[in-house]
Amino acid sequence: MKRYIHKLSMVLLLLGVWELVARLGVWSPHLFPGPFTVAKSLGAMLSDGRMAEATLRSMGRLFRAYLMSVGIGIPLGLLIARIAFFRNAVKPIVSGLQALPSICWLPLALLWFGLTDAAILFVVVMGSVLGIAIATEDSVNGVDPQLVRVASTLGVKGLRFQFGVMLPAALPGIVTGLKLGWSFAWRALLAGELLFVSGGLGQLLTVGRELMDVPQVMAVMVAIILIGITVDRVLFQTVEGRLRRRWGLAGAV
Amino acid sequence: MLRALLGRWRSSLSLLRPAHVDADRAKIAVAQLGHQYANKVVALQDVSLNVRSGEFVCLLGPSGCGKSTLLYALAGQVKPTGGTVAIDGKTITGPGPERLLMFQEAALFPWLTVRGNITFALGAKGVPRAERRERADAFIRRVQLTGFEDTLPHQLSGGMKMRASLARALAMDPTVLLMDEPFGSLDAQTRIHMQELLQSIWMRTGKTVVFVTHDVHEALMLGTRVVLMAPRPGRVVRDLEVHLPMPRKAEDAGLNEMVRHVRELLRQVEGPGLQEPAPRRPPERTASRPGLPAQGLPRPVR
Repeated sequence: MKRYIHKLSMVLLLLGVWELVARLGVWSPHLFPGPFTVAKSLGAMLSDGRMAEATLRSMGRLFRAYLMSVGIGIPLGLLIARIAFFRNAVKPIVSGLQALPSICWLPLALLWFGLTDAAILFVVVMGSVLGIAIATEDSVNGVDPQLVRVASTLGVKGLRFQFGVMLPAALPGIVTGLKLGWSFAWRALLAGELLFVSGGLGQLLTVGRELMDVPQVMAVMVAIILIGITVDRVLFQTVEGRLRRRWGLAGAV
Repeated sequence: MLRALLGRWRSSLSLLRPAHVDADRAKIAVAQLGHQYANKVVALQDVSLNVRSGEFVCLLGPSGCGKSTLLYALAGQVKPTGGTVAIDGKTITGPGPERLLMFQEAALFPWLTVRGNITFALGAKGVPRAERRERADAFIRRVQLTGFEDTLPHQLSGGMKMRASLARALAMDPTVLLMDEPFGSLDAQTRIHMQELLQSIWMRTGKTVVFVTHDVHEALMLGTRVVLMAPRPGRVVRDLEVHLPMPRKAEDAGLNEMVRHVRELLRQVEGPGLQEPAPRRPPERTASRPGLPAQGLPRPVR
């Protein structure tokens, strides 16, 4: 309870300072609107459905791209961890490509796919798949060797070993990787959407800029933060916390 | 009174007799086993040991005497660099379903409940799905863990974890149970409980058990046979049969007499190397011992 009061008072303090600075009139109110103006703009966008539409579009894209990333990333990580060829040949490439910020794929994506959804999906997948693969590989390699030994003495072999021992033993690490992959994907998505007409949250930002509508820009930023926090808190922290408790890794996360 | 004490001493000696088992009658036959680790440490040298079916053999010795290496070689987890291990006359090449190794830690799968750990292992053995649960519960009852079937390992105490691990091992129904200091990390009280439990289970099931320990009391409490080992290089120095009736009690006077006797034996085995005054040790031997720096050790006066 006390934690929430602390949190809430900090948020209120920041909002107060923001409002104060806006009222002091150092900058033009067009360029630096106060929180009330921003809230009003957010409310307007919510009520006329623009926000909902943009959010839905962005989230739909993100969902598809993230699903692809998970579908490719986890098997890729497992292969790198378990098979020598992948460890020796594929892992350096994966680590190397990870040094490339995901948005750098956009020009190439635009040339390959044109101004389509596919281009953005490509960027998002490239942004998150490598992180997920590397986190998966890490957690598989970090499995307690004692469990591997006990599985061998119990005669647990083959698929039963891979899916019954290795996968659950690596699962907490994999979920952490998925969380990381999600935040990479979220960033890559918005970067991609900013750069061309796409009808998502990123485009709402661009439109705000083009119309010199600073309250709208700020309102969309707030919305992006809120969505990001919600997914991280509600989805991942719950899953991760529950998993870690069940695995006996921590009392509470 | 002195005579009475001497009498007890003698009787304890007569209850510890050298063991002689022929290789052709043995369940486990270890012949001229040698093992050298990659760092040139000789863990085992020319170890021969024959174990009859249904025996409870304790490998006893100080750390570094190769008792765990011997056990891991029996389990097939370590490939010895020389000699053979045969079970029922067949030379082993790796882990097998008839042998089961238990570790110092309970090594339960943390995401599975106590029952889940057992049913998962039974699944690997090929037991039909319908039977698994019933069999798991039977073994949970046998190790006195009833009521904790659906508990996760991290919610159990150390002794309970070990019992769950024992239940899992027994449910796999191996003919040979290999145990690597399984009670080493438990507190004294829990340890005695576990020893009594293991003893009563062994008496009922008649499994062949090879049990590694460095605790003389534990070895004599549990074993029908105690194999004394010595380090550098790891070798067997005595192989004794323990003629004490089962079930044994930890406080039993005869048992404690024997413990004293075996401790004395162990001291003799290790003694010369440790008690020998340093200045009389020849210098080339000091230098040839791996892992010890030649400088910094007491040097003979020339």
